[in-house]
Amino acid sequence: MNETITVPTNGKHPSYLDYQGKHKGFLGWILSTDHKRIGILYLISILSFFLVGVTFGFLIRLELIAPGRTIVDPQTYNAFFTLHGVIMVFLFLIPAVPAIFGNFFLPILIGARDVSFPRLNLLSWYLYIIGGLLAILSIVAPGGAADTGWTFYIPYSVRTGTNVIYALFAAFVLGFSSILTGINFVTTVHRLRAPGMTWFKTPLSVWSIYSTAWVQVLVTPIIGITLLLVIIERTFNVGLFDPALGGDPVLFQHLFWIYSHPAVYIMILPAMGIVSEIIPVFARRTIFGYKFIALSSVAIAFFGSLVWAHHMFTAGMSDTGQFIFSLLTMIVSIPSAIKVFNWTATLYKGSIDLAPPLLYVLAFIFQFSIGGLTGVMLGVLSLDIMVHDTSFVVAHFHYVMFGGAGFGIFAALHYWLPKMFGRMYNIKVAKNTFWLVFIGFNLLYFPMFIMGWLGMPRRYYDYLPEFHIYHLLSTIGSWILILGILIMFSNFIAALIRGKKVNEKNIWGGETLEWTIETPPIHENFLEIPTVHDAPYEYKQNETDIRQFQEVK
Amino acid sequence: MSTQEHTVTYIHRDDIGARMGMWLFLFTELLLFGGMFILYSIYRFTYPDAFHLAAKELNTIIGAFNTAILLTSSLTMALSIAAIQRNQKSLSIFLQFITIVLALGFMVNKYFEWGAKFSHGIYPGSDVLLSKPAGEIIFFGLYYVMTGLHGIHVIIGIVLIAIMMRFTSKGIIKSDSYVKLETIGLYWHLVDIIWIFLFPLFYLIT
Repeated sequence: MNETITVPTNGKHPSYLDYQGKHKGFLGWILSTDHKRIGILYLISILSFFLVGVTFGFLIRLELIAPGRTIVDPQTYNAFFTLHGVIMVFLFLIPAVPAIFGNFFLPILIGARDVSFPRLNLLSWYLYIIGGLLAILSIVAPGGAADTGWTFYIPYSVRTGTNVIYALFAAFVLGFSSILTGINFVTTVHRLRAPGMTWFKTPLSVWSIYSTAWVQVLVTPIIGITLLLVIIERTFNVGLFDPALGGDPVLFQHLFWIYSHPAVYIMILPAMGIVSEIIPVFARRTIFGYKFIALSSVAIAFFGSLVWAHHMFTAGMSDTGQFIFSLLTMIVSIPSAIKVFNWTATLYKGSIDLAPPLLYVLAFIFQFSIGGLTGVMLGVLSLDIMVHDTSFVVAHFHYVMFGGAGFGIFAALHYWLPKMFGRMYNIKVAKNTFWLVFIGFNLLYFPMFIMGWLGMPRRYYDYLPEFHIYHLLSTIGSWILILGILIMFSNFIAALIRGKKVNEKNIWGGETLEWTIETPPIHENFLEIPTVHDAPYEYKQNETDIRQFQEVK
Repeated sequence: MSTQEHTVTYIHRDDIGARMGMWLFLFTELLLFGGMFILYSIYRFTYPDAFHLAAKELNTIIGAFNTAILLTSSLTMALSIAAIQRNQKSLSIFLQFITIVLALGFMVNKYFEWGAKFSHGIYPGSDVLLSKPAGEIIFFGLYYVMTGLHGIHVIIGIVLIAIMMRFTSKGIIKSDSYVKLETIGLYWHLVDIIWIFLFPLFYLIT
């Protein structure tokens, strides 16, 4: 953990992009332990996998545009939705915010030079890449791509002849990467906050990434061991879950959801942190109810870890068990609603600037509310039994996961990319693209609510003609959405190549520490570790530089 | 452009942070084994008679001997940390070496124990095992998986302690900077503690 900093005497400190360490060029990136460079490595790799996941989603929708066979056979279709799920969940949503923006901005937001364990941080990225390669191997290796769905339910996952083992092992390795990131962030937040930054002076995104890191540490080992047991069961024919050997497949479902439900909060909590970060900046107002937002992250992390069995109301469970899990599910909605009300209260009478980050945040609030309220509906036992395994559920979790977490990531990209690279994207294009993404998203997923309610089962290859109109609308929505995403990404890439250079430190007028350092940040982040006096988001009239700094002796 | 550069060494050393990270990691290890302990307790509840019969086939003497070996290795590990704190480098290396020898002894015992089961045809997927009642298949499935995964942890521990021996001899671990050895010691105690739970669950409760 010893580190040498070279300080040039001409007073010019190179940005982390130009910094020359022990290794040069490409090696200087893939061997760097600088949290900012690792964040960029994650940015590139995670967004690449996102595009792969989008491609599979596009193909699913294209197959469903009309009843009967359209482009592929049923087996390939099963592989499509499995890979779409595995890639989107394990390679995109779970790592996206903590690994990209958490890595890049968490140390800066708390006034530190790096995370607690920089080398472990790099190892996490390598594990991520290995996991990603295994996922790709499960597609291309002989035997056929995995066709179990991302949930790997037993007994099918031990019987099918497809490459389930690669997909399972991919998820296992990715879980390891996630655990190490979690451990790193918990330790970092505890140990490396700048002097004066008490718990209730940390920015809200730090609170949410911190809560997320705890969930990562506490539940990921359970999925690790569960997937490992399925691998062992498949390889050595050990009786653990397989009913033919005396095992209990419902037990697998419990163990799977003990992780995979909290994983939903691993995906959404950091995005909520980003929303809390962006709203005060573009409303020019102090966040409303700071402590409630901060502690509701912890409450969501806590209660969210206790609701897993609501995925299994139809799988066989005692009435008492069903009652408890239904009640706990509804309790989670309380801290979520606290956040939504506080965000809207912050906007009230604010001086609102509808910049691209805020547009995505507003869409987040709108879509998350729909996704969250339908989530409460699904927590109601009588209703859940009716719409279980229909596309109503698919619409619900896409509204939360994509409409919430995904839009949070888009918002963060628009908010922080100029800071990360010192180049500004075309704001006009970004604003127009937002409407494509927003309309496309809602056109894609809202019809699923209706057809699910009418009885369209999820994951089906074929459907009755009465559902055609909804599937058609949904597929058209997917084209608009994908077009929007492609324009958004092109806008970013164009900005990186020939975008307007930004040199000012505070691009949006934010009050958190990342806006007090150079754009793009210098290698050391801070030359002197700052001392924090004020709570974040303290906007005062006619004052641009609020934070006071003192040099530490 | 001035090319003059001077180097300041900024040392980030945070022993408390390192220990905290290790404790968090150990917590995830406990949860990892916790998943299997849940499986064990549920299947024991489902198949009490079969678990009773199957457990009688395990060799309690080898199990008890291995428990003693691992407990002793934890002692030598703790002593090696105490030795480096007192600046007794070669004693510390010697104690780490003894820890590795004991760990290897554990694995050798394990090899003979598993080997005996295999020679009786009791291994996952074997005809002998599959002809037994479902509860016994599950019992031996869990036995192999849990002791096997524990064995992998022992092997990882051996490698880590070997690296610590090298660090100690090179002077990277020394009397005022021994957090690496300390955290590896914590890991080794965890490996020990998990065995302390595995031993009664498989060998003693019949």
